[in-house]
Amino acid sequence: MKMLMAIIKPFKLDAVREALSEIGVQGMTVTEVRGFGRQKGHTELYRGAEYTVDLLPKIKLELALTPEQVDKAIEAIQKAAKTGQIGDGKIFVYDLNETVRIRTGETGKEAI
Amino acid sequence: MQELNSGDTAWMITATALVLFMTLPGLALFYGGLVRTRNVLSVLMQCFVIACGASVVWLAYGYSLAFAEGGPVIGGLSKAMFASVGESTLSGTIPESVFAMFQLTFAIITPALVVGAFAERMKFSAMLLFTMAWLTVVYLPVCHWVWASDGWLFKKGVLDFAGGIVVHTTCGVAALVSALVLGKRHGFPTAPMMPHNMTMTATGAGMLWVGWFGFNAGSALAANGNAGMAMLVTHVSAAAGALSWMAIEWLRYGRPSVLGVVTGCVAGLATITPASGFVGPGGALVIGFAAGLVCFAATSYMKRVLRVDDSLDVFPVHGVGGMLGTLAAGIFASSELGVFGGQGYAEGMTMGAQMGVQVMGILSVGAYTAVVTFLLLKAVDFVTGLRVSAEHENVGLDQVEHNERGYNY
Repeated sequence: MKMLMAIIKPFKLDAVREALSEIGVQGMTVTEVRGFGRQKGHTELYRGAEYTVDLLPKIKLELALTPEQVDKAIEAIQKAAKTGQIGDGKIFVYDLNETVRIRTGETGKEAI
Repeated sequence: MQELNSGDTAWMITATALVLFMTLPGLALFYGGLVRTRNVLSVLMQCFVIACGASVVWLAYGYSLAFAEGGPVIGGLSKAMFASVGESTLSGTIPESVFAMFQLTFAIITPALVVGAFAERMKFSAMLLFTMAWLTVVYLPVCHWVWASDGWLFKKGVLDFAGGIVVHTTCGVAALVSALVLGKRHGFPTAPMMPHNMTMTATGAGMLWVGWFGFNAGSALAANGNAGMAMLVTHVSAAAGALSWMAIEWLRYGRPSVLGVVTGCVAGLATITPASGFVGPGGALVIGFAAGLVCFAATSYMKRVLRVDDSLDVFPVHGVGGMLGTLAAGIFASSELGVFGGQGYAEGMTMGAQMGVQVMGILSVGAYTAVVTFLLLKAVDFVTGLRVSAEHENVGLDQVEHNERGYNY
C-alpha cells in the first residue's frame, strides 16, 4: 500500500477530485495549508507599504492507495492540477504500513 | 433672545446620533480591520472606552472649559457639571443640552482618531491616561480658541466649519508626535503588518461616510440651507477623494485596492470638513480630488522616506487632510470663482487676509498640539510606561491587556 501526498493550487481542487473519482479513488483528506517552493512569495501593497508574503495558500491532499492505483492517481493529479505556471505543486509517494477501518476492524487493502 | 425651533432641534438630535455612530462603530471597525488579528479587540476597546471617558470629562468640566464664557484662551468653569443647563436653556434655536451633546461627540472622536497612531503597542493604562489628559489640555483649549465666541482664533475670523483645525489638525499632529515618541512596532517596516480584515475596514469606512453628514451638516447647528449645502459638498468631496486615490494606485501599482478607495474617501471627508459650510459643490470637487492626491503622497512619504510608524496613517490622512482643507476653505469660500465659488467671506475680509488667518490657525494649533502632546506622553511614560514589552507586543494586546481573543474557531 502507498500513501500519496500532493500539494496543489487551491483552485485546482475540484478538477483533481473529479479526476481521482474517475479512476476509482474512494476517499481522500484535504487540508488548507501554506508554504513555499520555487515560486517563492509575492508582494502585496497596502497604502504604499510593500510586504513580501513568503507563504502562499495551497491545498494538501492525502490518499491511501493500493499499489495498482498509484501510477494512475499520479497521472490523474498531474494532468488535472497542471497549469504550466510556476507553483503548480508537487506529489510525494511513500510506503504505507497498515490501514484499519475503524467501524469494521478490516485491515490492509480491504480497509482502503 | 432666540426661540426654540423644533425643526432645528430634531435635526441636531439626529446629527448628534450620526456623529457618535462615526466613532461607535464606524471608526472602531475601520481601525479594527486595519490591525492584525491579535490586536483587533484592543482597538475596539480603546475607541469604546475613550467614548465613555470623554463623556464623563465633558460633563464634569469639558463642556464648560470649551464653551462657557471665559477668556480668549480657555472657557470658565461656570458650566461645570452642566450647572445651569436645564430643559429650557437654549443655545441659539436648539436646547443647550442638544448643543452640548453634539459637541461631546466631537470630543469623543478626536482622541479616538489618535488611537490609530499608536495602535498595536501602547499599554491600555497609558492610553487611557494620555487620551483623557490630551482631551483636557489640547482639545478643550483649541475648541475654545476656534469655536467659542470669545476664543482668540474665532475673533480673528478663522474659517473652520466642522473641525479641520479643532479635530483633524489636532488629532493628526498628536498622532505624528505619538508615533515618534512611542517608536516603531517591532518588525516595522520589513515584517508584513497587513490589515487582518478588509471587510471590517470597508464597513467602517461606509459608516464614517454616512456619519460625516451629521458631523458637517450638523455643524450648521440648524436645519437650513447652510446644512443642506454642507451635506452636498461633504458627499462630493468623499466621492472625489476616493476616485483620485484609486486612480493613482491604479496608474502607479497596476491595481485599484479596496483599502485605497476607502482611505481616499476618508481623506476627502477630513479635507472638506473645515470648508464644508463655506464652499460650493464645484469647490468641493477640487478639494476632494486634491485630498486624494495630497494624502496619498503624504502616506507614501511617511512610510517610504521618513519610515515613521504612524500605524494606521492618522497624520497623513487626517492631519494633512485637515490642514489642506483649512487652507482650501480660505480659497474656495470666495464668491468670485464662478462655478467653483462659495458663500463669500465675512465683511471686510479678502482672500489674502483670510489665508493669513487660516495659516495662523494651522500653525498655532499645530505647534501647541505638538509641544503639549510631547510633554504629556513623557509624563505618562513616567507614570505607567507607554509601551508593552516586546514579548507582549508579539503575543498581541488582546490577550495581554484584555485576556480575550477577537475570534474563536
